[in-house]
Amino acid sequence: MGSPPGGLSNSLRAIPEIHAMSHSVELADVGMSFGDTRAVSDVSFTVESGEFFSILGPSGCGKTTILRMIAGFLQPTAGSVRIGGQDMKGLGPDQRPTAMIFQSLALFPLMPVWENIAFGLEARGMSRPDRRRRAEALLETIALPGFGDRMPGELSGGQRQRVAIARALAVEPQVLLLDEPLSALDLKLRQHMRAELRSLQKRTGVTFIYITHDQSEALAMSDRVAVMSAGILQQVGRPRELYDDPETPFVARFVGETNALAGKITQSDGMHVGVETAIGPMKGRARQPLSPGQSAHIYVRPEAMAISRAGDQEPASPHTNQTEVTIARLDFEGAFALVHGATNTGETLVAAVASTGLSAMPEVGSKAIFRFPAEHGMVLADG
Amino acid sequence: MITSAAVRKGLYALYFVAFFLYLFAPLAIMGAAAFNESRFPTVVPWQGTTLTWFQELSRDTAMWQALWTSILIAVCVVLVVVPVGTAAALVLTSLHARARGVAYAVMVSPLLTPGVVIGIATLILWRQVGVGGGLFLIVVAQSSYIACYVMLMVVARLQRFDRTQEEAALSLGASRVMVFRRVLLPFLAPTLIAAGFLAVLQSIENYNTTLFVRGFDTPLTVYIATKVRTGLTPAVNALALIMIAVTILGAVVYEVLRRREIRRRRSVSAH
Amino acid sequence: MGELYDRFGPALSTGFVALVLMWLAGMVLAPNLMMIDYALRPNLTPSEIGTAADGYTLSNILYFFGEDVHLAIFFKTVWASTLVAAVTLVVCYPLAFWLAQTATRGQTALVLLALTIPFWINEVLRTLAWYIILAFRGPLNELLLATGLIEAPMRWYGDGGVLAGMVYAFILFMLFPVYNAIESLERAQIEAARDLGASTVRIHARIVIPHAKAGIATGCVFTFMLAAGTYVAPALLGAPGSRWFTQIIYNWFFEGGDWNRGAAYALVLLVLCLAVVLVSLRVARVSLADVAR
Repeated sequence: MGSPPGGLSNSLRAIPEIHAMSHSVELADVGMSFGDTRAVSDVSFTVESGEFFSILGPSGCGKTTILRMIAGFLQPTAGSVRIGGQDMKGLGPDQRPTAMIFQSLALFPLMPVWENIAFGLEARGMSRPDRRRRAEALLETIALPGFGDRMPGELSGGQRQRVAIARALAVEPQVLLLDEPLSALDLKLRQHMRAELRSLQKRTGVTFIYITHDQSEALAMSDRVAVMSAGILQQVGRPRELYDDPETPFVARFVGETNALAGKITQSDGMHVGVETAIGPMKGRARQPLSPGQSAHIYVRPEAMAISRAGDQEPASPHTNQTEVTIARLDFEGAFALVHGATNTGETLVAAVASTGLSAMPEVGSKAIFRFPAEHGMVLADG
Repeated sequence: MITSAAVRKGLYALYFVAFFLYLFAPLAIMGAAAFNESRFPTVVPWQGTTLTWFQELSRDTAMWQALWTSILIAVCVVLVVVPVGTAAALVLTSLHARARGVAYAVMVSPLLTPGVVIGIATLILWRQVGVGGGLFLIVVAQSSYIACYVMLMVVARLQRFDRTQEEAALSLGASRVMVFRRVLLPFLAPTLIAAGFLAVLQSIENYNTTLFVRGFDTPLTVYIATKVRTGLTPAVNALALIMIAVTILGAVVYEVLRRREIRRRRSVSAH
Repeated sequence: MGELYDRFGPALSTGFVALVLMWLAGMVLAPNLMMIDYALRPNLTPSEIGTAADGYTLSNILYFFGEDVHLAIFFKTVWASTLVAAVTLVVCYPLAFWLAQTATRGQTALVLLALTIPFWINEVLRTLAWYIILAFRGPLNELLLATGLIEAPMRWYGDGGVLAGMVYAFILFMLFPVYNAIESLERAQIEAARDLGASTVRIHARIVIPHAKAGIATGCVFTFMLAAGTYVAPALLGAPGSRWFTQIIYNWFFEGGDWNRGAAYALVLLVLCLAVVLVSLRVARVSLADVAR
C-alpha cells in the first residue's frame, strides 16, 4: 500500500483559510519539577508566528516536558507560557489553540479514519454530515481519497502519518506541536515526510514546534532550533548559527561531528586566542575574550580539516594550525569519507574528505599532515 | 527406557479417562435421569423412557417464578457491578504505589471472604436500618463480591490501553467526558460485555451468600436445594439438562465467534 | 486522587469515587464491622436493651470455645477443607501440566472449553448430580454390586460424599491458576533437566512445582476458602455425623434465633480463612496481586 508521494504538499494549497491563523509562543523562565527532580530549569525563548521551530536534544533533556507544557498536559512549576500573547496558566490541553502529533501517532484504533480526522470537530459540536464532508475534504488533501471508512489498523505507516497530520490540522490549530512523529518510519519514508512537513508548514503558515533528538532532522527542516541538555536551554539559533557558531561546549559536540582538543588559554586578543594543547599550540577564534590560564577546548569540524602528505609541510602561519598524524582508519560513508588520524600523543583527529578526492589521500598507516585555519577553530571555555 | 515411557503414557491415558469420567459422568447421569419414569431421579433401575418430567417442569410455576427471580437479580447485579467494578479499576490505576496496594487489598478481600460470611454481614448491617432479607439484599450481597471480578478484568484490560490516545483527544479539544465516552469506553466495551456476562453467571449460580439474605424470596438455586428436602423429582433433572444444553450451545457459539474474529483479524493484518 | 481528577475531570471522577466508596465502605467494610459489633454483643430481649447487660462482651466467642461439639465440627471443617484442597490439587495437577506443556493449542482450547461446561451450571446442580449418583440405591452402588466389588450397598452420604462433591465443585478454581503458572515455564527448562538426566519426579519436584508455586498457592487458598465457606455440599451430601461449620452458623441464624452468636461464629470462620490466606501467601512468598489475576 504505497502512497503517492508529493500529493500532500501540493494539495494542501487547497486550505488557504488556515493561513494567518498562526500564533507566537513565548516561554518566560519556565521551570518544571517532578518532586525533587528538576526536569526543566529557567527556559526562555520565543517562537515567532509562522515559524518552523525545533527543540533538539538527547533523550531525557527535557524537550518533551517543554512540549507538554506548551500543549497543556503539564503546568509549569515556574515561569509562564504565552500563546498569541495570552497567558496559558491553568488552561488544559482542550482549551489551548494547539494540536499535537504524537510519537506513537495515537490514532483511535476503534474509529474509522474519517471519524479520527473529524474527532476535533465532533468535540466542537459540528454536525455529523458537516464533519463527514470536512473529513472527506481533508482526505483529498492528504492524498488518501476514499480511505474514510477504513480502520487505522488497515493503513500503512506513511498513511497513518498523514491521517495523524490531517486530524491535527482539522481543528485549525494556531500552533502545531510535533513529538518526534517520524521516528517510527524507515529511513526513505522519513526523508520524504521531512520534505512534506516542511512544505506543509510553509503553505499553511501554522507555527510548528517540532521535537527531535535527530540533529540532521532539526537542521534540515527548521527555521530555528533550540538545543537542550539536562533541562537547560543551551542555545537558540538558525541551523547555520548553531553549526558554525556554537555558544556552549554541549552544542559544539551535539550538533554535527567535531574534533575537540583540550588545552589552556595562553593568550587572548579579542576574538583571537591561543590554546596550548597536548599536540602543541593552536590558534582559534572565541566568541568572547578569555583570560589566559583558563581551561578550554578547541573544536574543529571534520570538513574544515585539510589533509596533505607528510613532507608537504607549509611554513607555520598565524592563521593556520597543523599537526602530524598517522592515518589510522578510513570510513567510507558514500558522499564523503572520514579519515582518522592518530597524533603522536595518542589522540584521534577526524577529517572529512569528499569521495571524489579520495584517490589522492595518503594510505592507512602512512604519515600525513592535518591542517585547519584558525577561524575554523572554535574555542570555548570549559564548564 | 521404552517401557518406562510406555508405562507413563498408559498411566496418563488412564488418568485422562478417569478425570473426564469424573467430570462428565455426573452430568450424563443427571441428564439421563430426566428421561427415566422413576419418581426419584436415578438411572437404576430404568423404569421406562418418558418425557413426563419435561411436562411437569413446564407446569412447575414455582420453578418458573424462581427462574424469573434469579434473572431479575442477575440483571440488577450487572447494573451495579459493571459501573462499580469499572470505577474501582479506574480509581485503582490512578493511585500511587502505597495507596494502590492498600486499596487493592480491600478491593479483592471479598473474594477471599467465605460466601456465607458475606451474606451474614450484609444481613446484619441492613437489619440495623430496618431492611430485611429479600431481592434488594440479595443484589447488594452478591454485588459486593462480583464487583471484584469486574474490577480485575477491567484492570487487566486497562494495562493494554495506550494513554496517549486520551492525550491526543484532549489536544484536539475534547472534554474529559467526551474522551471517556469516545475513546476509553469503546476500548473497554468488549471487556465490560464479558464482565457483565460473567456477572450474570456468578449471580445465577450463587447459593451460599444468597441463602442468608434471601428473606422470603426464592431464586433458582434456593428453589432446587429446597426441592431436595421437599421431594425431588426428575423435573429438576429436566431443568438441569436444559441448562447444560443451553450452556453447550453458548460455548459453541462463543467459540465459533471467537474463531471468526481471529480469522477476520488475520485477514486484515495480511493486507 | 489528583491524577484521577486530571484524567477524568470533576464530574466523572466524583462519580467514580462515589461508586467506589459506596462499594468499599457500604458493601464491604460496614457489613463486616457491623458483624464484628454483633459478635461482641450479647443476644438481648427487647426489655434488656439499654440496661447494664447491653455492652461489649466476649461471651459469644467464649461460648464457642467452651462448646466441645462445635469446636470439634470447626476443626473437622478445617481439616476436611485442607483435605479438599489437597485432593483437588492432586486431581488437577497432571491435567494442568499436560495442558500447559504437552498439549497443542487446539487441544488446550478444546479441553478448557469442555472443562467449563460443568461450571456454567450452578454449584447446586453440580452437587445434586452427586446426590443422585451416591444415593443408597443409586448408580454407584448398583455398579459396584454388579461388578462384585461390594456385597451390599454402601452409604456414601457423609464425609466421602462431601469430599467427592466438593472436589468436583472446585476443580476449575484449582486448575486455572495452576495451569497459568505452569504455562509460563519455558519448555526448554524441562528438556534441559531431562537432558541432564533428571527423573520425572525430580523434574516436577525441582523445576515445575517451584515455578508454579504462586499458582498452586492461589489454587489451594481459593479451594480451601470455598470449601470452608460452602453450605450446599454438606447440606446435600452430608450425614448427621458429617456436619459442617457453616451449618452450625446457619442454625444460629435461622433456627436458634441468636444472631449475635451466629455473628461470632461467622467471625471465627472469617478469621480462619483470612489467616489461612495470609499464612499460605507468606509461606509461598506470593503477593496478593499474584493471587487475583
